[in-house]
Amino acid sequence: MLELVHLACGYGKRRVLGDISLHLAAGELLCLLGPNGVGKTTLFKTMLGLLPAHGGEIRVGGENVANWSRRRLAQWIGYVPQAHSPPFPFKVRDVVAMGRVAHLGLFSSPATVDRKIAENSLNTLGIADLGDASYTEISGGERQLVLIARALAQQPKVLVMDEPTSNLDYGNQLKVMRHIRRIVDQQGMSVVLTTHYPNHALLYASRALVLDREKRYAVGTPAEVISEDYLRQTYGVETEIHDIRQRSGHISRLCIPAGEAQAAT
Amino acid sequence: MNAASETLGALRPPRRRLLPAFSGVSWRLLALGLGLLVVIVVSFAIGRYPVPAGTVLAVLAGKLLPIAQTWSAETEAVVLDIRLPRILAALLVGSALSVSGAAYQGLFRNPMVSPGILGVSAGASLGAALAILWGYGMVGIQGMAFVSGLLAVGITWGIGAGLGKRSDPVLVMVLAGIIIGTLFAAFVSLVKFVADPNNTLPTITFWLMGSLVSANLDDVAIAALPILFGTVVLNALAWTLNVLCFGDEEARALGLSTGRLRFAIIFCATLVTAAAVAISGIIGLVGLIVPHLARMLVGPDHRILLPVSSLLGGGFLLAVDDLARATFAVEIPLGIVTAILGAPFFIYLLSRTRRGWV
Repeated sequence: MLELVHLACGYGKRRVLGDISLHLAAGELLCLLGPNGVGKTTLFKTMLGLLPAHGGEIRVGGENVANWSRRRLAQWIGYVPQAHSPPFPFKVRDVVAMGRVAHLGLFSSPATVDRKIAENSLNTLGIADLGDASYTEISGGERQLVLIARALAQQPKVLVMDEPTSNLDYGNQLKVMRHIRRIVDQQGMSVVLTTHYPNHALLYASRALVLDREKRYAVGTPAEVISEDYLRQTYGVETEIHDIRQRSGHISRLCIPAGEAQAAT
Repeated sequence: MNAASETLGALRPPRRRLLPAFSGVSWRLLALGLGLLVVIVVSFAIGRYPVPAGTVLAVLAGKLLPIAQTWSAETEAVVLDIRLPRILAALLVGSALSVSGAAYQGLFRNPMVSPGILGVSAGASLGAALAILWGYGMVGIQGMAFVSGLLAVGITWGIGAGLGKRSDPVLVMVLAGIIIGTLFAAFVSLVKFVADPNNTLPTITFWLMGSLVSANLDDVAIAALPILFGTVVLNALAWTLNVLCFGDEEARALGLSTGRLRFAIIFCATLVTAAAVAISGIIGLVGLIVPHLARMLVGPDHRILLPVSSLLGGGFLLAVDDLARATFAVEIPLGIVTAILGAPFFIYLLSRTRRGWV
């Protein structure tokens, strides 16, 4: 589906991240983990074609995308930015319909079929009742779901999400992650997302790409690459990784801070 | 997994539905259209030589239908030769400034932007001032103003395209527009400084204050071409303009070639503004206020915001021009009236649009 071949990226002449190779198959959820400033956003912008690659190739469906039009690229790779606020209060329904722009001509606007697709993606995320609300007046968690709905309406094969759970409260974080997992399972989309929570990767991802402070990276299943050593070297904190049997009998791997909990005293 | 329990929306009480789609908006559009018609008829009626509204309608209808003439030739001359061109000019200029203001505000994602943001007004002022200094006639002044307005924006665009590659092209362009505007304004001052204070300087000053006194049907017809062209193209691009409101990067990720699109929008908005300024001089605040008013009426969707801005802007400037010519025995320059009325009104708008720029 999506292949990075010795991809290097950076701003202007400054190289930020070098030589990353990765193959993402359909229906995979890949979590990107790494400290602030290591170049995750730069990598995303390069994958989206917003920055030119410094070296190597991005291949979609086996084809180098370097000379693809914006429109064609957007039909394959969708982007979910961090929730933000535009200066004008568009209706949620209209914001989601904007996902259709890659499928429409320059002078056209969404037709009935496009509005139907937008409506479906609102339903997929269970936010159909927000359709008439103003995008500037809904909560941060809702806005993030609206942006995901917009990306679904874009109908790409690969979704790139920039910290979809940042700025969300605990409940909304879990809900957004579950929605993403469900989209991957049900629609066969591939998702690449960044997160600052190792547990999100351990719980929801099928694979993880971890970057350390020296910009070395490893790709594998979350259980393989998210280790106590990695977390210590990257974040400078001691953690323990445990397999926990849940009440359902399902075993989940989680990371928790090492040492005694302070609040217990 | 239960879908309803997974919904963030389910955590909050159900939202009260707004009026069913469009019914509220279509009533407002109807009211707007009727209001515009009333303003037009009143504009024909009032002035130093008042004409009853019934007679106005009869004179206008008489041009199209075979109606027996019951009014004097004088009345007909006032309605058709004096007021008609001026009313058409006010409608045209008001709608041009407003539609380009709305387009610029969307493009630059900033509700504080006016049509002059990229230097078109300052450029047109310099062109007109030079033409007056060199003793050109009306056509020369209008032509110079139009070309010079386009030229100023062309320079701004060049700087933005040249330097904006590395950083945010929109921000660079706005800053370049401010600098070019200031530079051209300085040249205007220079022209005024060397102009003959007995005849040339007052003409320049009067032009800069904006007025529709000298508008005639030929001017209106010529200015209507670029204004109509630009307005039609802007309306055709209205939906993509919505997408641009989310920022350059996001619009590109959604599949828009934003560079080309931005060029088309700036080109059309500049064409429209320059043509309007060429026949009216500098009329401030209309292009800033009317888009706000229109957004309060019908929301931010440019597909409806742009046409409503056109209608509202035409009606607004026509009403203000009526005040300018009918309030006092001496006509007040239009640009001054728009500023005096517009400034407090705009502050009022600011006070009630803290959130979301409704």
